Amino acid sequence: MIYLDLFLGFLKVGFFAFGGAYGAIPLIRDVVLSYGWLEDEMLTTMIAVSESTPGPIMVNLATYVGHSQAGFWGSLLATAAVVLPSFLIILLVMVLLKNALKNPYVQAVLRGVKPCIIGIILATGIYMIFHNCFGSIGVFKPNLTAILLTLGLGAVYFGSRKITKKGLSPIGLIGLSALVGILVYGI
Amino acid sequence: MSILFELFFTFAKIGLFTFGGGYAMIAIIEHACVEQKGWISHDDMMNVTVIAESTPGPIAINCATFVGYKQKGLAGAIAATVGIVLPSFCIILAIAAFLDHFLEITWIASAFRGIRIAVGILIVDAGLKMIRKMQKKPMPRIIMICGFAAMLAINLFSVKISSIVLMLAAAAVSLAVFLVKGGPKAGGPAGNGAAGKTGGPAS
Repeated sequence: MIYLDLFLGFLKVGFFAFGGAYGAIPLIRDVVLSYGWLEDEMLTTMIAVSESTPGPIMVNLATYVGHSQAGFWGSLLATAAVVLPSFLIILLVMVLLKNALKNPYVQAVLRGVKPCIIGIILATGIYMIFHNCFGSIGVFKPNLTAILLTLGLGAVYFGSRKITKKGLSPIGLIGLSALVGILVYGI
Repeated sequence: MSILFELFFTFAKIGLFTFGGGYAMIAIIEHACVEQKGWISHDDMMNVTVIAESTPGPIAINCATFVGYKQKGLAGAIAATVGIVLPSFCIILAIAAFLDHFLEITWIASAFRGIRIAVGILIVDAGLKMIRKMQKKPMPRIIMICGFAAMLAINLFSVKISSIVLMLAAAAVSLAVFLVKGGPKAGGPAGNGAAGKTGGPAS
């Protein structure tokens, strides 16, 4: 049943979304792609939309995926599910387990989980770039336009930090890449 | 009753005007809840940021729950959390209703082909930033590299292993190393140690 799948799927995402705004992206890819809720391309599009609209990325993605699968109630359920774990855990920490996070065993677990998710985030980003530029291992199809765009946008994004202190913001890069996309792929 | 509305509207405003989530929101939440409303102290704000680092979910939601609970218990926590989530929920619903039609327009589809390339770059950048902030010790580095290699292999060869499995494995390894090295007694004070930094792999 789709409602139950949405709820449980996003509950899982919410429960394991350590590592800030981007920590949830690999998890959401996992859940969404394994259920076949969205195509890979559509999911990437939605990550960009979530990045460009207010609010945490994880909530935005849950709302969208829920809506795409089961309308308003789907979106409500998915959003509630993704928020519920952080909500309950904070309450639990505040009410019952004031020292739980300082517990050495909990600390040991967190010391393992946090670096691991950093590796997972980096691998996800690199795979997404690889997928854009070369297709997949099975169907290896280098795409020269995508490779050049990646190199160009990457150079501008990371290079901008050498020129101004803060460099180009993520939303700035999304705006620029949209413009470049229109110029390269046509109106 | 009015404090519930105030919590709701304050966090709804924060939810409406912060993009990208994460750390951008901390400054705004601090301004609203510490300086303007005086709901929590600056120290509380520091505490909740530390708690948020060690609990799942976006910092903004963790903060909302924390502040709401401090002000008005469970009802306050619910009011503040619903407040911070509602704006993005409504905006995405509105977008979802039109997005499919938008994507049929050629120039918008072209724009999104460009944007998809940017998303990969942004995620890599986020990962690199987190690596720079990571503790410069062998243990976290090894776990990070293993997590990276495993996840890349899983993606490249379409293996059906969830990233959750990797995180659980990392947790198990870290816990095992901690126990082998002598458990809680090796490092800081034993038991529910009040020390922030406990022993563990002191390499």
